[in-house]
Amino acid sequence: MGQSGIDAWGARTVTTSRPTLAVWKFSSCDGCQLTLLDCEDEILGLSEAIDIAYFLEAGHDRVDQMYDVSLVEGSITTAHDAERIREVRAASRKLVTIGACATSGGIQALRNSADVQEFTSIVYAHPEFIKTLETSTGIADHVPVDLELRGCPISRTQLLEAISALLAGRTPRLPSYSVCQECKQAGNACVLVASGTPCLGPVTQAGCHSLCPSIGRGCFGCFGPSESANTAALTEQLRRVGTNDRDIERSFSTFNVNAPEFRTAALALYPIQSPRRGSE
Amino acid sequence: MEDMFGSDDSRTRYPTTLEPEPAQQDDGAVRKPVAPQPQPQIEPQAFGGPLILTVADVDQLIRRLGADGRTVIGPKVDGPVIGYQPIGGAADLPSGWGDEQGPGHYRLRRRDDDALFGYALAPTSWKRYVFPARSELFRARREDGALAITTIPPARPRYAFIGMRACEIAALDVQRRVFMRPEAPDPTYAANTQDMFVVAVSCGSPAATCFCVSAGTGPEASGGYDIRLTEVNSTPNSPDHYFVANAGTQAGADVLAQLACKPASDSETGAATQIVQAAATAIGQGVKLDDVHELLARNRENPRWDDVAARCLSCGNCTMSCPTCFCSDVVDENPIGDDGVVRARVWASCFGVSYSQMHGGNARTSTSSRYRQWLTHKMSTWVDQFDVSGCVGCGRCITTCPVGIDIRTELEAIRATDTATKYPESVRPQTDEGLAT
Ligand code: SF4
Ligand code: SF4
Ligand code: SF4
Ligand code: SF4
Ligand code: SF4
Repeated sequence: MGQSGIDAWGARTVTTSRPTLAVWKFSSCDGCQLTLLDCEDEILGLSEAIDIAYFLEAGHDRVDQMYDVSLVEGSITTAHDAERIREVRAASRKLVTIGACATSGGIQALRNSADVQEFTSIVYAHPEFIKTLETSTGIADHVPVDLELRGCPISRTQLLEAISALLAGRTPRLPSYSVCQECKQAGNACVLVASGTPCLGPVTQAGCHSLCPSIGRGCFGCFGPSESANTAALTEQLRRVGTNDRDIERSFSTFNVNAPEFRTAALALYPIQSPRRGSE
Repeated sequence: MEDMFGSDDSRTRYPTTLEPEPAQQDDGAVRKPVAPQPQPQIEPQAFGGPLILTVADVDQLIRRLGADGRTVIGPKVDGPVIGYQPIGGAADLPSGWGDEQGPGHYRLRRRDDDALFGYALAPTSWKRYVFPARSELFRARREDGALAITTIPPARPRYAFIGMRACEIAALDVQRRVFMRPEAPDPTYAANTQDMFVVAVSCGSPAATCFCVSAGTGPEASGGYDIRLTEVNSTPNSPDHYFVANAGTQAGADVLAQLACKPASDSETGAATQIVQAAATAIGQGVKLDDVHELLARNRENPRWDDVAARCLSCGNCTMSCPTCFCSDVVDENPIGDDGVVRARVWASCFGVSYSQMHGGNARTSTSSRYRQWLTHKMSTWVDQFDVSGCVGCGRCITTCPVGIDIRTELEAIRATDTATKYPESVRPQTDEGLAT
């Protein structure tokens, strides 16, 4: 925290110091943080407006001051993560989760319905050194979260919108309606209707400006479930356009497999324990 | 009083001054169109007799409109669909392409001729040109402690729209009643439409989703165009590929005069009339719309709303595709490192949950209430607001619904289970005629 009198969510008055922003990493691939660096045109204004501190490596954490805003990337997969996120929360005035990992547990949450010990014994030469939780979970499962930025990775525009709203003291515009609304606003041809390509856009939260349908691909659901995701109805339609149940189940089992609406949709097709990823 | 709006039907669906003659149905019953034809209706020979245009003349027409400084928009193959895009000449038109449309279904199809307008209509409407998905309204900046506001004057693109269908012209008219109310004309809509040039093309190949005949809007425009074309094309590369052209305004007649084409013979106009009549027969009068205003008003609690909600994705595709839906949100954007704010208007949909968010709560939390809002607004409360139906029968919401929900089927289902809602005395809706029964 800089000088007193600055609340990142309140009206900005004459500032005596810049608000501080920290970036924290948990189990993730760094893609979302790269989005921050990808804000080439804005990075100058950004670093003038805020004081940015990065804490990328778990070992280097020094949670010894308060930050106005913490951006948290990654999911909680170890006991140490679970402990550390509490410290980060305590040191943050506002905590913003960034990306599918931080909001729903990420693709690594596939293990939530599998046997982790079996995985570690296959992957690592010395599985006895691996200390990991049975599950990968989002930050909100552990501490209160003030704002969520969805996506794998997050959208640059949404990140800038969130930060500029924080600085201006207004509510950020992060719509929770479907990707379809953005897709139609972009004037795209609907890949599901016009090509029979499976698309999760109708049940996925907007924010990417319909990136995938804009280049003729179906949405993979990387922004997670939209506000009133009717996955059962979409499943029926995907079947009607000829998608097989295994592929539908897989499409719900990616970046946001642990988001309740997508998990339910996947489980409705293949309940846990069935050999869904066998060699069929 | 026989129903909640009174049996004398004193609430007309359109201003009486604009009321067209009620069409006579086959069974002899009088049927009131729920959407008006664009006004004023154009007398067939008002701007000279029909002329014959060749494909080369159509090309010239597009080029002349462009040379006149207009932004010419017309049908063009755009990936897996026909879209309305900027065009430079007849070569950009979807020659030989047709479309197959059904609930949640669209496919381009090769035709066995080289018709330029041989499709029904584009799944994306002209709306995005006259009411853009995003338009900037003003910029505001802090200057010396005060707020300095700079309005952003809307661009004046001088559009020429080539290939507007009758239902699409009717949709323009419906939106005009929304945006151009004398007490508050919308500057963006005004700038985009006041100098537009419309080349209507009558329908020869309607889709299974079209129901303009029931809606009273098509398949041939009776007004609202500068030039109206009907394409006649019997065989590929036929010398008999021609367009019967009618001018609807002096501006249209002037442009046609520059093309120096020959007058149409009786047999040529007859061929054009036959094409339109065949289209009207194919579309049919199948959708009963004359009672929907009252039907939907009294079926607020019909169980069908829950039934459709189980299938509906709340995705908003229907509202965004609909050529008359006009809802928007107003957003402020402040770029980082810039003290200024841009206020913009962006499309919104009543299928979004936040759409109905008000101080103290949300009015429509369920999909069933949102679907009911959409259908009831289109066909019923729109009439109360704007004296016209909000549906022109273009069928876009049927084609573009990812799960193929068909408003025609939903209306039928509601009619079949017509359960007039009985309200307790205390909450009975007030109507012009007094308390509903
Ligand atoms: S392409 Fe996908 S996101 Fe776009 S409108 Fe169709 S279903 Fe929705
Ligand atoms: S279209 Fe879907 S998968 Fe693609 S970026 Fe957007 S939310 Fe992610
Ligand atoms: S409600 Fe459907 S059929 Fe009617 S005008 Fe809108 S999109 Fe067309
Ligand atoms: S149907 Fe919905 S989106 Fe369309 S105009 Fe009415 S309220 Fe607006
Ligand atoms: S009716 Fe169809 S297009 Fe409209 S919101 Fe429901 S699923 Fe989407």
